Amino acid sequence: MSTKEIIKEKESIVIKFVGDSGDGMQLAGTLFSDTAAVQGNDLFTFPDYPAEIRAPHNTLAGVSGFQVQIGKEKIFFSGDMCDILVAMNPASLKTNLKWVKKGGTIIVDVDTFDEKALEKSGYRANPLEDGSLDNYRVISSPISSMTRDSLSRFRINSRTAGRSRNMFALGIVTYLLSQDQETTFKFIDRKFKNNTEVQEINKTALSAGYNFAETIEAVAPTYRVPGATLKKGRYRNISGNVATAWGLLAASERSGRPLFLGSYPITPATEILMEMTNNKALGAKVFQAEDEIAGICSAIGASFAGSLATTTTSGPGLSLKSEAIGLAVMTELPLVIVNVQRAGPSTGMPTKSEQSDLLQALYGRNGECPAIVMSASTPANCFYYAYEAAKLSLEHMTPVILLTDGYLGNGSELFRIPSVEDLPPINPPMAAPNDESYRPYKRDKETLSRQWAIPGIEGLRHRIGGLEKTDIYGAVTTDPQNHELMVKIREEKVMKVAEKIPLQKIHGDTTGDLLVVSWGGTEGSIKTAIREMQREGKKIGHAHFNHLMPLPANTEAILGSYKRVVVCELNNGQFVKYLRSEFPGIRYLQYNKIQGLPFFTGELIEKFNQLIEDISHDN
Amino acid sequence: MITNRIVHSDINLSKEDFVSDQMVKWCPGCGAHAVLKAVENVFPEIGYKKENFVFVSGIGCSSRFPYYVNTYGFHGIHGRAMAIATGVKLSNPGLSVWIATGDGDSMAIGGNHFIHIIRRNLDVNILLFNNQIYGLTKGQYSPTTPIGSITKTSPNGTIEHPFVTAGLVMGAQGTFFARVLDNDIKMMTAVMHEAAKHDGTSVIEILQNCIIFADKTHRQVTDKEVRDDYQLHLKHGEPMLYGKNNEKGIQIKGTKLQGVVVGLNGVTIDDILIHDQYEKNPGVHRMLGKMGPPDLPVALGVIRSAEFETYDDMVEVQIDSVKERSKIKCVDDLLNSGETFDVD
Repeated sequence: MSTKEIIKEKESIVIKFVGDSGDGMQLAGTLFSDTAAVQGNDLFTFPDYPAEIRAPHNTLAGVSGFQVQIGKEKIFFSGDMCDILVAMNPASLKTNLKWVKKGGTIIVDVDTFDEKALEKSGYRANPLEDGSLDNYRVISSPISSMTRDSLSRFRINSRTAGRSRNMFALGIVTYLLSQDQETTFKFIDRKFKNNTEVQEINKTALSAGYNFAETIEAVAPTYRVPGATLKKGRYRNISGNVATAWGLLAASERSGRPLFLGSYPITPATEILMEMTNNKALGAKVFQAEDEIAGICSAIGASFAGSLATTTTSGPGLSLKSEAIGLAVMTELPLVIVNVQRAGPSTGMPTKSEQSDLLQALYGRNGECPAIVMSASTPANCFYYAYEAAKLSLEHMTPVILLTDGYLGNGSELFRIPSVEDLPPINPPMAAPNDESYRPYKRDKETLSRQWAIPGIEGLRHRIGGLEKTDIYGAVTTDPQNHELMVKIREEKVMKVAEKIPLQKIHGDTTGDLLVVSWGGTEGSIKTAIREMQREGKKIGHAHFNHLMPLPANTEAILGSYKRVVVCELNNGQFVKYLRSEFPGIRYLQYNKIQGLPFFTGELIEKFNQLIEDISHDN
Repeated sequence: MITNRIVHSDINLSKEDFVSDQMVKWCPGCGAHAVLKAVENVFPEIGYKKENFVFVSGIGCSSRFPYYVNTYGFHGIHGRAMAIATGVKLSNPGLSVWIATGDGDSMAIGGNHFIHIIRRNLDVNILLFNNQIYGLTKGQYSPTTPIGSITKTSPNGTIEHPFVTAGLVMGAQGTFFARVLDNDIKMMTAVMHEAAKHDGTSVIEILQNCIIFADKTHRQVTDKEVRDDYQLHLKHGEPMLYGKNNEKGIQIKGTKLQGVVVGLNGVTIDDILIHDQYEKNPGVHRMLGKMGPPDLPVALGVIRSAEFETYDDMVEVQIDSVKERSKIKCVDDLLNSGETFDVD
């Protein structure tokens, strides 16, 4: 049988690397993705790791994974079910078998399927022998021992040699996907740039895996995903957290306001803080604070002093920052608060994603305390929404809460690199030195924003703070009429931002049976499901929201243009609750998932088909 | 070498340059009025451009301070003045940042920020109004209220051990600590001037009287009958003498400080400790900070003023050195750095 005959060409393919924490699955996945990108595939990745740094060896709790979907067309999410699963031990097979497509390929390290490991992962019988994998193509290989054998020429002990089994497995996948080993070698060289021996060891193990797969070619089909039809330009792979940091840096450069980040480490937002510390060359001042409160308060101080001030956190940290957000609202200073949401309440599931901080972002403060709230919806567009958050904050002199989530922050996709000069200009309302007409709460007629007068500038000394102030002059007061006026002004200032944000788009017909409404990190999976249904001729539309407070000006009109609206969220129904209170005349349905998992296209299509059927019976 | 980046005024300033037009709303007889006077006196003397002074505060009686002095001012939220001031100073190291805070604001709700700003040695000046009571909420005990005190929330006497501010500051690796009385504007002015000159976090504890809720709380030190024996006015390079006729002195014996009378039991002036506020080792400073009645006087003036690198200076130095070495000069460079590929 010739190799050619069994090559399957696929539009897209989902691969998941799973193993014990410490088996190097994140590295294998990253190397695979980088190679795919260079070979012209679009892709979307998502690491799935436990909260424990090293859970007990070979247990279900210790399973760490990395999923990637690569494709010829634009890829919107990391995929639901996988075509290829690489499982490095019994526990990882056990927890991930349910995510493998029937007929999919499973690569296992048979060396690890000993009695003890099987028992630890709760297998009564060896799944490689009891027929439970009959519906899959299993490449059962002695990965551990072959890795060690392949490395016998290096002077390393067998334990050290065993660490390269992830590269052996990657070698098998490289062969199955018809990828070019040389490209992966380049990434290995870069990863271990200070240690040529480690480079050689990893490359040798990878080649051994590749050659092994070639030798047993008849066992499984190989796949080839043709290069993606991407728009002309320069690309890179980027995670949502890095894109967020870079978007803020771009806004700093474009606005001329130096960047300040005050932050405290918290999963899954820490990577933004880490990335920012790498950018001191761009003048970024990064302050790792003693706690979440100091993170935001230092940012407020920096904003008072003229910086593009930012703070980054995740759910519990946002709770701690609530009072200080109120201070920023009251002092009407620009401030970008990035919340990389995770499953709550309390500590919840720190490494799992959720969209359950929306109501907190909208309402979670004392007093009448409006702030702009917006969300990113793909790893790459975190760049643009972070940029826009900074622009709106600086130009309207008000805090902005940008919601991303663990799925966006840790996930990655290809990013078409923009040029900073093509980004919209940012013009903060700076007060002019020695302007005798300057008053702390005098406002721009159009935006209602006050002017920004920065310490050090001549002739503008003034005082602001958390106490209610008189309109225009900014003196401390408890005057009843003034308080009501100021509350109304602060609200109107935020609502007027609706004039500056784009109108909401519908993907699909402007009217129809079912409008699917979503926001934030679910865009990719929902978009994929809807496209499939639209191809089948279903009258279904999709409105994915990125601006949440204020909502786009045409929101009510859009919601009213379909027979039914279903709001899909990874929470217990927060956006739908908000829409119900804002636009009570619409008939809303809701679809919620609260499992720390993304939506899968399969379940979405099933749900939407059922809803369309119900609607047709109603008529 | 620490660089001070604050620009001086090219004209002579006077007290009037810092007097605010706002009505000062502290109680008549409150010790805070004297602090305001001292600040108005000392800012022209310090000589920075008037727009380069910033006052930041938290919440409490003392935290109204920014409204009463004509500088850039920020009245924050309870306990967070140190964190806000950190952002101000890091954002613009060319500002002279002053913090007004109280015993509750800095050592109860804001305790975390207080110890960490001190640990980092950020170049700011903290005026800590210690009246040993919560004044603005009308008379509850604070972290410095003496044990046994009857207050609105301790009708049977407090059962909490109070902080000694100096102990906390030096425990947190403080580089500058001074203590003054609210009725001694002259010493306050001198100490503020030294704090301004010190590179790093300067803490000035003002033993302040709250005439309404903790009147005469510091009387063990301030009363006419006892003040000569319970106040030690420190001067760098001079022996630590006190008493009506400076007849008493502080001697170190073993691991403790003790009060002795010069000329008695063979004690001579040479046996008396000489104050060295610039000594880096905090041992004697710690003992001076913690000493007090009934056995010993309270040390007043600058207890410690030791030179260590400041956080804000190191931030600037690090950024400058990274900028010099890095190939990335703008965001476009960053976006195009690392692994990229072109699609035609």
